[in-house]
Amino acid sequence: MSLASTRLETLPRSVQFVLLLGLAALVLFPFMATDFYTQMITRMMILSIFAMSLDLLQGVTGLVSLGHAAFFGIGGYMVAFLTPEAQAASLWWTLPVAVGGAALAALVIGFFVVRTHGIYFIMVTLAFAQMLFYLVFDNKTLTVFGKGFVLGGSDGLYINFKPSAGLFDLESKRAFYFFTLAMLLLVYAFLRRLLFSPFGRALAGIRVNEHRMRAMGFGTFGYKLTAFTLAGGLAGLAGYLWGAQTGFVNPELMGFHMSAHAIMMVILGGMGNFAGAIAGAFAFELLLDLFKDLPTVQGFNAGKHWQLWMGLFIVFVVAFAPRGLLGLLERALRRGEPHP
Amino acid sequence: MTISADMDLANFLIQLLNSVQYGLLLFMLAAGLTLIFGIMGVVNLAHGSFYMLGAYLAWYLTQKTGSLVLAIVLGTVIAVAFGLLLERVLFRHFYQRDHLDQVLLTFGLIYVFEEMRSILWGDDVRGVEVPALLSASVPLTDNLSYPVYRLFMSALCIGLALGLYALITRTRLGMKIRAGAFNREMAEALGVNIKLIHAVVFAIGVGLAAIAGILSAPISQVYPNMGSQVLIMCFVVVVIGGIGSVRGALIAALLVGTVDTFGKVLLPQVAGMLVYVLMAAVLLWKPEGLFRQ
Repeated sequence: MSLASTRLETLPRSVQFVLLLGLAALVLFPFMATDFYTQMITRMMILSIFAMSLDLLQGVTGLVSLGHAAFFGIGGYMVAFLTPEAQAASLWWTLPVAVGGAALAALVIGFFVVRTHGIYFIMVTLAFAQMLFYLVFDNKTLTVFGKGFVLGGSDGLYINFKPSAGLFDLESKRAFYFFTLAMLLLVYAFLRRLLFSPFGRALAGIRVNEHRMRAMGFGTFGYKLTAFTLAGGLAGLAGYLWGAQTGFVNPELMGFHMSAHAIMMVILGGMGNFAGAIAGAFAFELLLDLFKDLPTVQGFNAGKHWQLWMGLFIVFVVAFAPRGLLGLLERALRRGEPHP
Repeated sequence: MTISADMDLANFLIQLLNSVQYGLLLFMLAAGLTLIFGIMGVVNLAHGSFYMLGAYLAWYLTQKTGSLVLAIVLGTVIAVAFGLLLERVLFRHFYQRDHLDQVLLTFGLIYVFEEMRSILWGDDVRGVEVPALLSASVPLTDNLSYPVYRLFMSALCIGLALGLYALITRTRLGMKIRAGAFNREMAEALGVNIKLIHAVVFAIGVGLAAIAGILSAPISQVYPNMGSQVLIMCFVVVVIGGIGSVRGALIAALLVGTVDTFGKVLLPQVAGMLVYVLMAAVLLWKPEGLFRQ
């Protein structure tokens, strides 16, 4: 089996068909569901964007970042910073600024972390993300060059107004849903295009053998830093949508658990093809809701201890299904076909 | 940013002692982490959980037995037994796996351990009393003094660090450990029981982390998720010191302890970030850490 096929980079027809069915379901969903479920699916789509951005590093380039939530959090906090107390800010400039801010942070942090490898990369990305986490967590306000910023500390910040778009009203749950869906499709199309571009091929080459890529004359540092910056910017986009949807940001968005959840989403779906990241994000969030809603049995509140079930589930998946859901699906669908 | 003016000699001495004490505590944790990575190649995010386990055992056992010394002994035995069991059932099967799988496995374990702690011992913040024998303070000036317990703690950590050093460099077991780290297959071919060596190293790591947790219980509180913050600090220590190097971990731990403690006194506004700035500087200078072997 070649490396491209273990990653399912080119999706088999059967999987493509399932994805199209999924898209049709997503388009029709808000017309059949209540606001509560529309918001729930919006949240899952936002996390899908976040998971895809991580997949660019984890699945394509082979960089396991345990601090990716930092950029998600920056995107969210940008909404809070850019929205004035008493009125809405325009989507059309706050969104690019938030994405740009997250990408800039990723560029600076990437400059340090991308020169490390393997285990160092994991630890250093985690450490830098925690640095940002504690910066926000410990400071209600911060003075930089004489200018005061409200960070909100451990309590977080409220965002009173959703961004105003002009053409459509994001205060409407359905409009926000479709805007998020459009962003999801845009990011997916962009990343799929990127995957098969010369740049994407170079990233995949770095995953397989970085020394060989260097020997062939690729400046791998630049490639990795670009991928890290791009992934950070896209995570910022997801964070922006999260902040705008929930109207609230807190340091937990940047935390270590958020980063680990994103890794789990990508693993769960199957790495390196972006479709898996979407499937994984949906599956992970559904499971999380399922575990949190478990009933109390004989005085034992199973839902309150959701982390126990999630922990055991993660251990189980790592031990028995390292190729993820899409891998399982593909194997199941392929069972009928003759082997090539 | 204002630099505090009251940094006289006695104050400086107290901060210096605190730095060393914090650094030694970090070393106890980072030593296990760096050994487990250096020898078995495993990233262990759950290492902070062993620290928490130690602290909760300290609280539970001092309540039951009324003696901190007994808690140290019993707690270490329980933690080591737990570590051996865990190594046998789970970790052993992940030594050859991808780092990504190890990260997820140990992250899943953090959740499991936290909930087990919650079910067994609840979610309240607990305290452990300093034993009467060690509760005195050494007077430095008219109104400044230093608690004996912290000195006891540092002395014990130094003792354990020396013991670890002697074990690795001066004994036959240590020789086998070093051989296994240097070349696993070759050591195995020469008749070293590498599985046993791995189990021993893992147990040492868990034991050191648990002792650190037990010792720090009386001076800090015992609370849920206490492992996570200290884990990140240990990562910083291991990155600065160089993975696999126990000597590097010791020097880096003392460095981090000093920067953090003095940072909190001299530059309180950015104290939380100083350690990471130090890490970034080391990464620029030596991406492999100070003492990469």
